[in-house]
Amino acid sequence: MTARDDILGGIRRGLGRGALADGPTGELAARVAAHRRNLIPARAASLDPPGRVDLFVAMAEAVQATVTRIASDGEIPGEVARYLAAENLPAELAMAPDPRLDALPWADRPLLQIWRGKAEPGDAVSLTPCLAAVAETGTLMLVSGETTPTTLNFLPDTHIVVLRGGQVVASYEDGWDLLRARGGLPRTVNFITGPSRTGDIEQKIELGAHGPRRLHVILVDNAGES
Amino acid sequence: MEATSHNFTDNARTGLANPVLRRALGIAGTGFPARRAEAIARLPEFEALRDAGKAIKDHTISHLDYYLELYEKNVTASGGVVHWARDAAEARAAVLEICRSVDARIVTKGKSMVAEEIALNEHLEANGITPVETDLGEYIIQLRHEPPSHIIAPAIHLMKEQVTATFRAAHTALDPDRPLTEAPQLCAEARAMLRPQFLAADVGITGANFLIAETGSSIIVTNEGNGDLTQILPKVHIVVASLEKIVPTLEDAATLLRLLARSATGQEFSSYTTLSTGPRRPGDLDGPEQYHVVLIDNGRSAMIGGEFQDMLRCLRCAACLNHCPVYTAIGGHAYGWVYPGPMGAVLTPALIGIDEAGHLPNASSFCGRCESVCPVKIPLPKMMRHWRERQFAQGKAPPVYRTGLKLWAWVARRPALYHELVELKARLLGWLGRDRGRFRALPLASGWTQARDMPAPEGRSFHSLWAERQRARK
Repeated sequence: MTARDDILGGIRRGLGRGALADGPTGELAARVAAHRRNLIPARAASLDPPGRVDLFVAMAEAVQATVTRIASDGEIPGEVARYLAAENLPAELAMAPDPRLDALPWADRPLLQIWRGKAEPGDAVSLTPCLAAVAETGTLMLVSGETTPTTLNFLPDTHIVVLRGGQVVASYEDGWDLLRARGGLPRTVNFITGPSRTGDIEQKIELGAHGPRRLHVILVDNAGES
Repeated sequence: MEATSHNFTDNARTGLANPVLRRALGIAGTGFPARRAEAIARLPEFEALRDAGKAIKDHTISHLDYYLELYEKNVTASGGVVHWARDAAEARAAVLEICRSVDARIVTKGKSMVAEEIALNEHLEANGITPVETDLGEYIIQLRHEPPSHIIAPAIHLMKEQVTATFRAAHTALDPDRPLTEAPQLCAEARAMLRPQFLAADVGITGANFLIAETGSSIIVTNEGNGDLTQILPKVHIVVASLEKIVPTLEDAATLLRLLARSATGQEFSSYTTLSTGPRRPGDLDGPEQYHVVLIDNGRSAMIGGEFQDMLRCLRCAACLNHCPVYTAIGGHAYGWVYPGPMGAVLTPALIGIDEAGHLPNASSFCGRCESVCPVKIPLPKMMRHWRERQFAQGKAPPVYRTGLKLWAWVARRPALYHELVELKARLLGWLGRDRGRFRALPLASGWTQARDMPAPEGRSFHSLWAERQRARK
C-alpha cells in the first residue's frame, strides 16, 4: 500500500466512511466552485472608493510604509527622484520591465540610473507596479510574471511601489476575484503590509530584517483614471 | 527532535530558577496579550470571525480526504509534485531525495515547526547537506544548538545579551571590537551574514500556514521576508506541511488569515503573506524551477474521529502559549518537545505518546484562558482533561496522585463530613494565619509554598458563608 492510500484510508476510517460517492462530492465541488465569501469586516467594505483609498493610506502608514499622493503618471519620475534624495539614497534603481512603467517620462530625470529586470544582489532600490491594494489592512498585492519578477520585492533595501487609486479594493476577497479574472494564479502572489520587520530580540520591532527596510508607495490618485 | 517531556518536572524547575528566562518571559507574557487585545478591539467582527474560522476548519477535517485529493490534483496541474509521508522518517527521506537529485549542498529554511517535528536539520546534516535557518530567532537558536521555545518566536527565552554573545562566538571572521549590544546592530549583522546564504542555497525549504485545495497553493505568513527569499531564490522550493493545513478555497484562507496575525502578534496583518503555486512559469524572470510539497501525516489521521480531533483546527498562532500562566512561568523548553504550552499539552501526547508526554496535560490550572483566546475555539482544557482521564484509566497517574484523589473522593462523597472538614480547616488556618495573613510553609503543601506564599483563609468556608447568605435572603 502506498503512503497516499494509507493516509487517505486512515482518514476515512476515522471519519467512519469510505471514499465519498458522487453526491457529496458534487456538493463539495459546488462549495469550492462557488467561491462563497465568509464574513467580511465592515471596516473597508462599507466605504466608497475615495474612502477606501484614505483607509489604505492610513493603514499602510500605521505599519511604517510611506505614501506620497500625486495626481498623474507623469509625476512619477520626479517623485522617485525626490524620495531617493530625501532618503539619502543613490539615484539608481532596478525597475520591473513593465510596459506602463517603461512608458513614463524618465528622460526628464537624466541623473536617475535605471536598469530593468529581476533584482541582483547589490541592488539598493527597486521600483515595481502592483496588481491591487487592500484597504482593510493597508496591504499591497503583487504578482509574479514576465514583467514583474518577485525578487524586486525582497532583495533591495528599498522597495518603491506605484499604485493607482482605482486599484485600491476593500478586501482580500476582492483580490482573489482579480486573480481569477486574470485566468488563475501566477507562481507567486505577495501580500505586502509595510516593510520587513522582526520582533525576535526582546519583542522590540526592528525594521529591515531580511526584506526591504523601506517601503514607499507612490499613489497616483487622479479620480477617474485607473 | 528527541523528546525530554518525561523530564517535565525537572525541566520546569530549571526554567523557574533561570533569571534570564524569567525576564524574557516577563516581556513576552505582557507584550503579546496586550497587542492582541488592542488588535481585537479594533475589529468588531472578531468574535464572529472565530466562529467562521472554526466552521471552516471543522468542515475541512470532516472532508479531509476529498480536499487532500483535490489539493494534490491542483498542485500537479500547476507543475508541482506532492510527496505523501506517513511518518517523520518518510518525510525526511522525501526531502533528502529531492535535495540529492540536485546535488544540494546548502539548504535555506524558513521557520517550520513541522520540520522541527521530523528533525529535518539533523537528518540533512548527517547526510552532508548544510541547513541554514533564516528566521532571525531560528538562526540564533541554530547557532546555540537549542530547540525553539515558542512556536512563533523561537528565541523568546533569550535576552539580547545572549544574542550578542552568540554572534560574537559564531561570527569569528568579523571585527571582534565591533559594537554589538543593541537590537538594530544584531539584526543588521544577522541580515548581512545570511544574505550570501540565501544567494548560495540550492534548495529552499519552507513550511506552510495554509494549503489551498482549490488552487494547489501554499501560503506562508512572515514578517522578516526570510521565507520569501527562501522560496524564490533557489532552483528548488520544498514545502513541508502537515495535512491539517488544508483549507478548501482562497475565501476560506482569507477568513483564517484575519484571525491569524491578530491572535499571534496583535498585527492587523503580517508584513508578508505569500501564495506559491507550482514552479516558475515560462517567461518568468525568477522563481524556482521545481516545486515540491511533502505532505506529512505523522499521527494526524489517527486523531480524526477521536477525542482530540478538534486539535486539528489549530492555526499555530501561539495565543494559548502567550496567555498561559504555566507557559509564561516555565518557558517552552520545559515541555521537552516541539510544541509547548496548552496546544502542546494536547498535541504532544497525541503525536509522541502519553507515556513520554504524560506530564504535559497535567501542567495546567484549567484557568481556561487558552480556550478563551483560541482563534478557532479549541477546547484545550477539556482535551487536557481527556488525557488525564486516560492516564488514570490506564493506571499511569503517579501513586501519590491516585491515593490523594481516592482519599478526596471518599470524603467528597460524604457531604456532611466534607462540610465539617472544610469548615474546620478554614477556621484552623484562619486562626493560625491571623497575624500575617499568609503562610510561608504548610505541611503537605511544600510544593506550593516553595515558590510562593499561601494566603490564609478568612476563617469561614464558602459553604457556610453561602448558607448564611441564603438564610438572610429569606
